[in-house]
Amino acid sequence: MPKSIMSVSVLQMHGCGSQQAVTLSVQCVALVLLSGCNSTEHLSFLNPQGPIATAQSEHFWLVVAILFILIALPVFIGTVWIAWRYRYGATKSKYVPRWKIFKPLEYFSWGIPITIVIFLSILVWEDTERFDPYRPLTSSTPATHVQVIGYDWKWLFVYPEQGIASVGMLAFPAGQPLTMELTSATVMQSFFIPALGSQIYAMGGMVTQLNLQADRPGRFLGENTMYSGDGFHQQKFAAVAMTQADFDAWVQQVRATGIPFDATALNAIAMQGTKAQLRTVLAPAAPAFDSNIYFTGAKANFFTDLVMSVMDDKPLPSTALAPAITKGQ
Amino acid sequence: MSWSTTLNHPLGLLDADSFPFLAMLGSDDSDIFINGLLGSFAAALVVISVMVVVALLTRYRAWRTLWFDWLTSADHKKIGIMYVVLALVMLVRAIAEAVLMRAQGAVGLDGGFLSSDHFAQLFSTHGTIMIFFMAMPFLTGLINYVVPLQIGARDVAFPILNSISLWLTVAGAALVMTSLVVGVFSTGGWFGYPPYTGTLYNPGVGVDYWIWSLTLASLGSTLTGINIAVTIYKKRAPGMKLYYMPLFTWTALCTAIMMIFAMPPLTVVTLQLALDRYLDFHFFTNGLGGNQMNFLNMFWLFGHPEVYILILPAFGVYSEIFSTFSGKVLFGYKSLVWATMSIAFLSFLVWLHHFFTMGQSGHINAVFGIASMLIGIPTGVKIYDWMWTMLRGRVRFSVPMIYSLAFIFLFVIGGITGIMLANPILDYQVHNTVFLVAHFHNMAVPGVLFGMLAGYTFWFPKAFGFRLDERWGRISAYCWIFGWMGAFFPLYILGLMGLPRRSVAYEQASYVPLEIVAFVGALLVAAALMALVIQLWVSIKHREENRVFVGDPWDGRSLEWATSAPPPEYNFPVVPSINDRDAFTAAKEFGVGYQEPDTYVNIEIPQNSAMGPVFGGTSFLLAFGLVWQIWWLVILTGLVTIGTLVVRGFQRDTLKIIPAETVCRAHRHWIQAARSAQPIKRSQEHTAANKGRAALETVEVST
Ligand code: HEM
Ligand SMILES: [Cu+2]
Repeated sequence: MPKSIMSVSVLQMHGCGSQQAVTLSVQCVALVLLSGCNSTEHLSFLNPQGPIATAQSEHFWLVVAILFILIALPVFIGTVWIAWRYRYGATKSKYVPRWKIFKPLEYFSWGIPITIVIFLSILVWEDTERFDPYRPLTSSTPATHVQVIGYDWKWLFVYPEQGIASVGMLAFPAGQPLTMELTSATVMQSFFIPALGSQIYAMGGMVTQLNLQADRPGRFLGENTMYSGDGFHQQKFAAVAMTQADFDAWVQQVRATGIPFDATALNAIAMQGTKAQLRTVLAPAAPAFDSNIYFTGAKANFFTDLVMSVMDDKPLPSTALAPAITKGQ
Repeated sequence: MSWSTTLNHPLGLLDADSFPFLAMLGSDDSDIFINGLLGSFAAALVVISVMVVVALLTRYRAWRTLWFDWLTSADHKKIGIMYVVLALVMLVRAIAEAVLMRAQGAVGLDGGFLSSDHFAQLFSTHGTIMIFFMAMPFLTGLINYVVPLQIGARDVAFPILNSISLWLTVAGAALVMTSLVVGVFSTGGWFGYPPYTGTLYNPGVGVDYWIWSLTLASLGSTLTGINIAVTIYKKRAPGMKLYYMPLFTWTALCTAIMMIFAMPPLTVVTLQLALDRYLDFHFFTNGLGGNQMNFLNMFWLFGHPEVYILILPAFGVYSEIFSTFSGKVLFGYKSLVWATMSIAFLSFLVWLHHFFTMGQSGHINAVFGIASMLIGIPTGVKIYDWMWTMLRGRVRFSVPMIYSLAFIFLFVIGGITGIMLANPILDYQVHNTVFLVAHFHNMAVPGVLFGMLAGYTFWFPKAFGFRLDERWGRISAYCWIFGWMGAFFPLYILGLMGLPRRSVAYEQASYVPLEIVAFVGALLVAAALMALVIQLWVSIKHREENRVFVGDPWDGRSLEWATSAPPPEYNFPVVPSINDRDAFTAAKEFGVGYQEPDTYVNIEIPQNSAMGPVFGGTSFLLAFGLVWQIWWLVILTGLVTIGTLVVRGFQRDTLKIIPAETVCRAHRHWIQAARSAQPIKRSQEHTAANKGRAALETVEVST
C-alpha cells in the first residue's frame, strides 16, 4: 500500500504528548482537532493506533487524493471557466446554440469515470478482503479473546479465559491481536473503537466477529454508534491497550476486587441504564479501583448460552452463571 | 399493548396523558418542563395555524372555491400545486426541527437543553418528514404539473387516482402532524430498525404513528408511479418519440418505474412490523425464527432506490435549466438518457451497502461496494454533459442557474464522499457517524432540495402567471448555499472524529467549535427559508408588474412554454404534433410559435370528484384509529373507505365538456396577447418588460 502524498502530514500529526513534530499542511487547521488533544483518549482513525486503522487512513487519503485531483479539481475549474467565458454578456465568445454532440467529448465523459471506478474497484476488492474484520491478524503472539455483549446502555466485556468481566473498560495487551465475538442482549448496537479500526454490529441471537490490534499502549475512545434509546450517547467505554505485565496485573486486580458475576449482577446489568446508573445499583458491593465495574467468576459458556436464549426468546439457563458464592474463584 | 385489552375502551389507548401539554403541567421536573414547553409550543403552532387558516377561509368566504376549485379537482396542474404546497408546509416544520437539533448540538457538551427522548423524536420526525412529506411531494408535484405539459397531454392517464394519491400523502402528513398534539412520535429514526421498534422496547404509540404514516405515503407513491409511467407511455402528443421527450420527462419516467418497484417493499415491511407489534408475530423479533435482518433487507430494497427516486427528478430539473439558461440544446442528450436509465437500474442492486458492518464476508461487501461505485459512472457523465451544455452557450446567472451551479460544486463533493462510503473498508469507519449524515445531506440538500427550489422558481411563472422576485430569490439561494456549507462541512470532520449520528450530547470538548459553526450554518438555512417566504409575499404583492401571460418568460425550449401562463384547464387548445426535440424552440425558430389552428373542437376533461378528499379523510381516521387502537373507528372508516371505491365504480358521468367556442375564445385572446407583446431579449428577462414573449436570440456566433 503506497503512502499517499497527503497522508504524510496527518499520520504524523499527533498532538497528545507525542514527540513527533507536527507538520503543518493545508488541512491542518481542521485536522488538528482530530487528535482530540484535550482528552486522554484517541478519537480518530486519521491518527491511527493500530494496523487496521492505519490501513484505513491510508486508503482514505488515497481515495481522497484520487477523487479530488482527478474529479473535483478539473470540474471546479472547468465549471468556473466555462460559466464565465460563456456568460451571457460575453458577446465575443463563440455561441453555438445547436451544438449537441461531439464524440471525443462524449468518450471523455464516459471514459474518465469508468477508468477511475475500475481502478478503485481493484483497490476495494483487495482491501476489503485483506482488512475484513473477521480475518484474524497475523502475529507471533496469541490473541487475547474477549466476548462483547451490548446492553442498554453499556457494553459488557467477558474474558472467558480469565474468568472475569467488565463494564466500561476494555483492557488488552498492546502489540498483539485482540479477537472479539459480539452479540447483543437487547436492540441492535454497533461496537466501535475508531482509533483502532472497523466497527461491527452486535445483534441479538447472532454473533459477529472483530479483530483489532493496538500498536502501543494507549487509551482509545470506544462507543456504540447505533441509536438504541435514551442513554445511547453515554454508551462509551475506554479501550485501553497495556503492556503484557500491566494487563496481567489488571486481571489480578479484577479477580481480587470484582463482584461475583451471578444472577443478581446480571439482572442489574440487563436493566435499562447507563454505566453510571449501574454503579449506583452495584456500588455497595463493588470496591472498584476506578470508575468502572468489574466482575469475577464469569463462565466460559455464558456468551453462547446468552446468544441462544436471545435467539429463542427463552430465559437464560441457570448453568450460564456461577452460583453466587465467594469472590475471587 | 395487546389489541384485546383495548377492545372494551371506546377511545382505545387515548386518555388525558396522551396530550403532552397536559402531561407537562402535571410534572414538576424542570427537564420535562422545558421539553414539554417546546413540544407544547410546537403543538400550539399546529393548532393555531389550522385555526387561522379556517378563520381566513371563512372570513373570505373561500370554502366553496377551496372545495370546488382545489380539493376536489382532478386537474393535474392543481394537484401538482397542492403537492408543492404540502411540501413547503412540511419543509417549514422539518427545518425548524433541524435548527433545534443544531442548537442542541452547539450546547451539547455533557448536556444541553433537550432530553434524549425529545431529541430522538426530532431526528425521527425530521427525517421522516423530509423524505416522505417534503421531498416526495415536492418532486411528485413538479412532475404532476410539468410532465403532461411537456409531452403535450391534456391530463395524466388516471386523474382521479392522481387525486387519491395526493390525499393519501396528505393523510400521512396529517398523521405526523397529529403526533405533535396527541401522543408522541417514534424515536426509531426514519428507518425504524427492529427490535428497537418492537413492542418490547417501544410499547407506546410513537412507532405506530411512524408505521401508519409511512404506509399511507408509500401507497400514495406507488399509485403515483403507476400513473406517471402510464401517462408518459400512453399520452404523448403525436410524433413525440421517446427520444424526443425532454429530459425532465425522462427522469420522471425512471422515477415512476422505480416507485412502482420500490414502494411496495416499504408498504409490506411496515405492515409486517405492524403485525409484529399488534398481533405478536415474529417477523423481526427474536423467537419462533424471527430475524431482524430481514427488515433491513426489505427496507433498503426500498430505501436505496428511494434516494434515486428523490434525485432523478432533480437531475431532470437541472438538465432543463442548464439548457434553457445557457440558451443552448442539451449536450449529449442520449448519454443523459442512458445515464438516467442505468442509475435507475443499478440502484436496485446496491442495497447491502447500508449494512456493510453487519458481518457478511469480505467478498460480498466488495461486490456491493463496487456495484455502488458503478453508479458514480453515469452520475459523472451527467456532470460532464451539463458542463458541456454551458460550453459555447450564453449562460445567464438567474436564480435557477445559481442553484444549479452550486449543485455542481457541492454535488461533486457529495459524490466523492459517497464513493468513500461505498468502500467497505472506509464505511467500517464512518458508518453511523455524522460523516454519513453530512454525506446524505450533501445529496439531499444541494442534490434534491436545490433542484426542487430551482424547479419551483423556474416553473412558478408558468403556474401562476407571474414571475417570482429575483432579488429575494437570490438572497434565499445564497443563504441556502452558504447555510448548507456551514451546517454540514463541519459534520464531515466531526464524523472523522468519531461522533456518532443521533447523539443528543457528547463528552469531547474538541467537538464544540465545529458544532457551533454547524449551528450558525443552520441559522443561515433558517434565514434562507424566511427569504423564500418573503420572496413569495413580495412577488404576490407586485404580481401585476411581473405578469407573463404569454407564457414564455425564460425563452423555454419544451412544450410547457408553448401555452399561456397559467395554462387553460385543458393545457392545449389543439394537441401539438412533434417532430423534434426542444419542440417549442424549433417552432419559435420557424416563426410558428403562436399560431391559430384551422378548427377548434370540443374538449373533454375529467370532472371534479370528492373521492380524493373523502378517501384521504377516511384513511387518516383509519390510521389514527389503528394508532390508538380505537377499533370501532377502524372498522367504520375501513368500511367507508371501501364504500367510496364502490360508489365511484357506479359513477358514469365522469367527464365534462368544454365547448369549442370557449376554447376558441380563450385561444384567440392568448394569441392576440402574444402577437402584441414585445419580444424581449434575455438581458431584460427580469424586468417588467418581460410579458412572456421571447425575442429570437439563438443565432450562432463564431469567433
Ligand atoms: C438544510 C437543512 C437541513 C438541516 C440543517 C438538517 C439537519 C439535520 C440534523 C441535525 C439531523 C440529525 C443528525 C444526527 O443524526 O445527528 C438530520 C437528520 C436527517 N435529515 Fe436533515 N437537515 C436538513 C435537510 C434535510 C433534507 C432536505 C432531507 C431529505 C430530503 C433531510 C433528511 C434527513 C434524514 C433522513 C435524517 C436522518 C434521520 C434519522 O436519523 O433517522 N434533511 N438532519
Ligand atoms: Cu444506498
